[in-house]
Amino acid sequence: MADRTPVIAGIGLSDYPVAPDLDSMQHHTLAFQRALADSGVAKRDIDGYVGAGGSHQQMVDDAVSMAEYLRIDHKYIDSTMTGGSSFEFHVQHGAAAIREGLCDTILVTYGSNQLSRMGRMLGTGGFTRGTQKVGGPMAYEAPFGNSLVGAYAMAAQRHMHEYGTTSEQLGEIAAGVREFAGLNPNAMYRDPITADDVVSSRMIADPLHKLDCCVISDGGGAFIMTTAERARDLAQPPVYVLGAAGAQTHWNISQMPDYTVTGAAKAGPIAFEQAGVTPADIDTIQFYDSFTITALLLLEDLGFCPKGEGGKFVEAGHLRKGGDLPLNTDGGGLSSCHPGMRGIFLIIEAVRQLRGQGGDAQVPDCRLALACGSGGWLSAIGTVIMGSEQP
Amino acid sequence: MSPEVVSAGEWTRPIPRPDAVSGPYWEAAARGELLVQECPECGHRQFYPRTVCTDCGADPEWLTCSGKGTLHTFTVIRQNHAKPFKDELPYVVAIVELEEGPRMMGNLTGCDPDDVRIGMPVEVYFVPADEGVAVPLWRPIQA
Repeated sequence: MADRTPVIAGIGLSDYPVAPDLDSMQHHTLAFQRALADSGVAKRDIDGYVGAGGSHQQMVDDAVSMAEYLRIDHKYIDSTMTGGSSFEFHVQHGAAAIREGLCDTILVTYGSNQLSRMGRMLGTGGFTRGTQKVGGPMAYEAPFGNSLVGAYAMAAQRHMHEYGTTSEQLGEIAAGVREFAGLNPNAMYRDPITADDVVSSRMIADPLHKLDCCVISDGGGAFIMTTAERARDLAQPPVYVLGAAGAQTHWNISQMPDYTVTGAAKAGPIAFEQAGVTPADIDTIQFYDSFTITALLLLEDLGFCPKGEGGKFVEAGHLRKGGDLPLNTDGGGLSSCHPGMRGIFLIIEAVRQLRGQGGDAQVPDCRLALACGSGGWLSAIGTVIMGSEQP
Repeated sequence: MSPEVVSAGEWTRPIPRPDAVSGPYWEAAARGELLVQECPECGHRQFYPRTVCTDCGADPEWLTCSGKGTLHTFTVIRQNHAKPFKDELPYVVAIVELEEGPRMMGNLTGCDPDDVRIGMPVEVYFVPADEGVAVPLWRPIQA
C-alpha cells in the first residue's frame, strides 16, 4: 500500500522585498519555477492547484486565472481565501485531498507587488475615504476612520488592560525578529534594534508604534505538496505534514468576541492532537507577525505559555536566536517581507529549517516546526505542524 | 436624558447605505434612538443587524437601547492617509459595550485622547449623515 502521508516536497520564493519589474502574476510564476526546480517534480505531474488570489481587486491572480496562466491540468482546485492565513488552510485542505487520493501533487502559489503598486498605504490608508456610500457590515465601521493598524491596536490595548502587558514586552518581539533579519541578506531591514527603539518609534495607533508594525514589500512564494511515496524519488528531504487545523472567531474587528483570544486557541489543540506532540516539543515557530501583538496572542493561544503571560515569556528570551523557541527565523513580516498576505512564507521558512537549510539562522537539531497564520484582523487562524521525520 | 441628534455641519465621512435589513436601524438613529436586535425565541442580543439570530437561527426583532455603555477597548488613530480622517488626527476609535450587552464600534469625542481609559462610562449621540441616516458617536458621561 502506497504511503499517502502528505509531505511538502518543494519550496520557492520570488524576488523580494522590492521588485518593481514583477507584477503579481510574475511573482506567483517565479516562485513556482523555483519551487519546481527545488523539488525535482516534473511540471506535468502536478494535478492539483491551490491559491488565494487576493493581490488585485480585478482578480488577475485568483486560483482559476493562475491555473490557466501556469497551465496546471488539475483534478483538484481550492481557492480558499481567509486573508493572510489562507496558506495554512491550504495545507489543511491539501493534506486531506492527498490522503483521500483526490490528487497526488499540489502546487500552492502566492504573489503580490503590493509595495511597487500601492506604496505603504495598506496599514494606514484607511479602508474607506471621502463620502463614499458603504453597505453591509462595513457600514458599522467605515464612518469611524479606523485603520488596519487600529484594529490590531484594539486587541493590544485590551490585552494590556487585562494582563498588564507592556509596550516594552511587545517591542522585544520586534527586536528578536530583527536579529534574525540581520542574518537574511534579502530582508528589508537588517540593522539591530532594541525594545526601547520600538517604544520610542512614532505612535501609529495607540498602543502600537511604527516598529510594532510589519513592513510592506513585494514578494511571492510557492510550495509543492505530494505523498511520502512520491517524495522518495524527488530532490529534497520531505517535510511531513503532521497536523493542520483552522478556526475563525469573526471577520470585522468590531465583531471579535474576546479581544485577547484568537481562533488559535481552538485550532492549536486540534493540530497538536493530530501531530501527537505538545508545545514543549516544537523546535521553531513561524508566526504571522503582522504586528507584535499578533505574535503575542498566538503564543498564548497555542499554549506556549498561559493566557496573559506572553509578555513575561517574551522577556525571558525564548524567541531569540539561541533560545529554545526561535520565532520567524527569516526576519518575519516585521523586518523582512510582507506583500499583504504573508502566510505562505511561514510554511516555506518552516520547511527550510526542517531540511537544515536555514544558513546562519539555522535552528540546531530542528525536527518539529509550527507555522501559524492570522488572516483578516486576528479573524481566521490556521495552524500547521510539520516534522522532518516520518510519523 | 435621552440621546440627542447633534447637527455638526456637513458630513464629510463615508455614509452608511441603508438596505432592507439595516433600514430601521439607521432610521431610528436619525430619530435619536439606538437599536440592537433581540431574538424572540432564545433571547440572544446582537449587533450589527442581520436577518438571522446568530445563536439559534430564528428571526430577530428590534430592541431600543438606553444609549449608555462602557468603553471595552479603543485606539487613538495618529496616522491615516485617507480624507477626511487625515485632517481630524488624532481621534479615538472605540469599541463600546452597551448596557444591553452587544458591542459596537464608534468614535469617542469630547475628551482628550490621552485621557481615554477602558471601562469609562460613555453615552451615545447622533450626527446626521444623509437623508434619514444618522451615525452614532460617543462621549464621556460626566460623573
